[in-house]
Amino acid sequence: MSKLVIAAVGPATSVQDGGRYGAQRYGLTPSGAADRLALAAANCLVVNPPFAAAIEIGPLGATFTARDGKVRVALAGAGRNAEVAGRPVSFNESCTLNDGESLTLGFVRGGTFSYLAIEGGVKGEPTFGSLSVNARAGLGSPFPRPLQAGDILDVDASAATVERKIELPAAADRPIRVVMGPQDDEFDEGKQLFLDSEWKISATSDRMGYRLEGPVIEHLHGHNIVSDGTVNGSIQIPGNGQPIVLMPDRGTSGGYPKIATVITADLGRFAQIPAGVGFRFAAVTMAQAQAEAREMARLLRILPGRVREMRHTDLNDALQNANIAGAAVNAFDSGTWQTWSLPEP
Amino acid sequence: MTAPLPPPRLLPSGDAAITVEFSRAIDEQANRRVLALDRALADAPIEGVVETVPTYRSLLVHYDPVQIGFDELGERLTALAQLPVPPATKTRRWRVPVAYGGEHGIDLEDVAKTLNTTPDDIVARHVAGDYQVAMIGFTPGWSYLSGLDPSLQMPRRQNPRLLTPMGTVSIGGVQTGIQCLAGPSGWHLLGQTAVRTYQLHRNPTFLLEPGDAITFYAVDGKEFAEQDLAAAHGEFVAELVAS
Repeated sequence: MSKLVIAAVGPATSVQDGGRYGAQRYGLTPSGAADRLALAAANCLVVNPPFAAAIEIGPLGATFTARDGKVRVALAGAGRNAEVAGRPVSFNESCTLNDGESLTLGFVRGGTFSYLAIEGGVKGEPTFGSLSVNARAGLGSPFPRPLQAGDILDVDASAATVERKIELPAAADRPIRVVMGPQDDEFDEGKQLFLDSEWKISATSDRMGYRLEGPVIEHLHGHNIVSDGTVNGSIQIPGNGQPIVLMPDRGTSGGYPKIATVITADLGRFAQIPAGVGFRFAAVTMAQAQAEAREMARLLRILPGRVREMRHTDLNDALQNANIAGAAVNAFDSGTWQTWSLPEP
Repeated sequence: MTAPLPPPRLLPSGDAAITVEFSRAIDEQANRRVLALDRALADAPIEGVVETVPTYRSLLVHYDPVQIGFDELGERLTALAQLPVPPATKTRRWRVPVAYGGEHGIDLEDVAKTLNTTPDDIVARHVAGDYQVAMIGFTPGWSYLSGLDPSLQMPRRQNPRLLTPMGTVSIGGVQTGIQCLAGPSGWHLLGQTAVRTYQLHRNPTFLLEPGDAITFYAVDGKEFAEQDLAAAHGEFVAELVAS
């Protein structure tokens, strides 16, 4: 058994997996990774099930140190500078920390959450089938709270020699798509204002909800409704007219009218919008939203098939070929020398 | 042959959930239909339905859009929701102890003053109620009860408290409730129960179900302390009354 020591960590960094479903009727929110595609990509790289528990890393930097053996990890999600013992590490590739080596991550760039998957997964005791941290309910394992410097995770010692890489479709640069409702009839001109305006995510946002800043959305009949159920992506309009988009640690019910709901396929992309960066919403039909949900489900299903092994000998072969063919090969730019092979079935 | 009940409104909650709405207001008949539809789905599951969340006036149905689409699920839910509401066959009834007033219910005196009566009278009216768990939500185990004496209805506090104790029994609007975890609340705090409606390593983790009947009885501070110790060790403390 190896260990992964959390040597340094900022806030909003916690163990998250696919979520804790089935007890929303008792007020237990699902939690789980804010960007499920990034979680799945990181896990596939270290041959874990796609929604196995990994470390969801908030915007600040972090350092993880291998102890008592090798530890293989993979990064996906929002990019940031990453290095192991002075060597740069790429996102969407696995890498191995030798005993005593540290993975050092800088401040996030152009996103919010990065995901660090660990070969063999995070060891813990699931509650309702999940290791995800829900600090308010005292749930999550191995720690029922965000990670702190000094925490130590038990992990599998890695014997693997071959690293892996995955290519993901580029995140679309387009509005966040929503289905209007369930309470869009509580708004009149507010609906058009909501769709026509530029919004920014407030710095006071967290995994319960992202608070938006923009024009004031007026209610038709006041801001109190009888509480009803919420989903990830519910867009509530509270009394001050500034929307709150509910995230995986949301309350399971809420008493503010919900003007629209972010479509499933765009939840991860929305979660990654950095605070202070302008974005827009666009309404789609239910048929379009469900087609996108099925397409996202398909992408998640075929994700393991997009993983490619990075052969040990790739660099030598490429350099040798370069001598013969005279092609420009830069040993520090993996794009010029990596060749890919399918993993063994 | 009974005429079918009026259809509920089907409100899209994104592409993976439908809100089946029976009323816009708090309405006991609507809540009965919510719980009946919830039971019907539990008894004869529809493939693709992932989980359900009953509330006062609507049932939120989470589903997998890969397995079933909005239109088909909506039709099936509408048909189910229009069937006559069967009488609840086995309602569980719980007797829940409450330490009213003092440090356990810091708003009892103010509520009595506002309603021009004595704290004892408020307790008597609250204990006399026959309640039903209308929904559980917000935080784990927070149980919203219908059946509050209309003379105890009061608007919520102007300034919600950021932290109220675990086990708080409170009133707000037409509702009363039992909260399990410490947390924010804008309701008026009448008392505190040792009963944990949510306790992780106990079987069952969640004590109450939507639809359960509840009556309260008053205990003093010493009894509360004893019950609290027992509850901390996993005892229910609430008594299940055969019905």
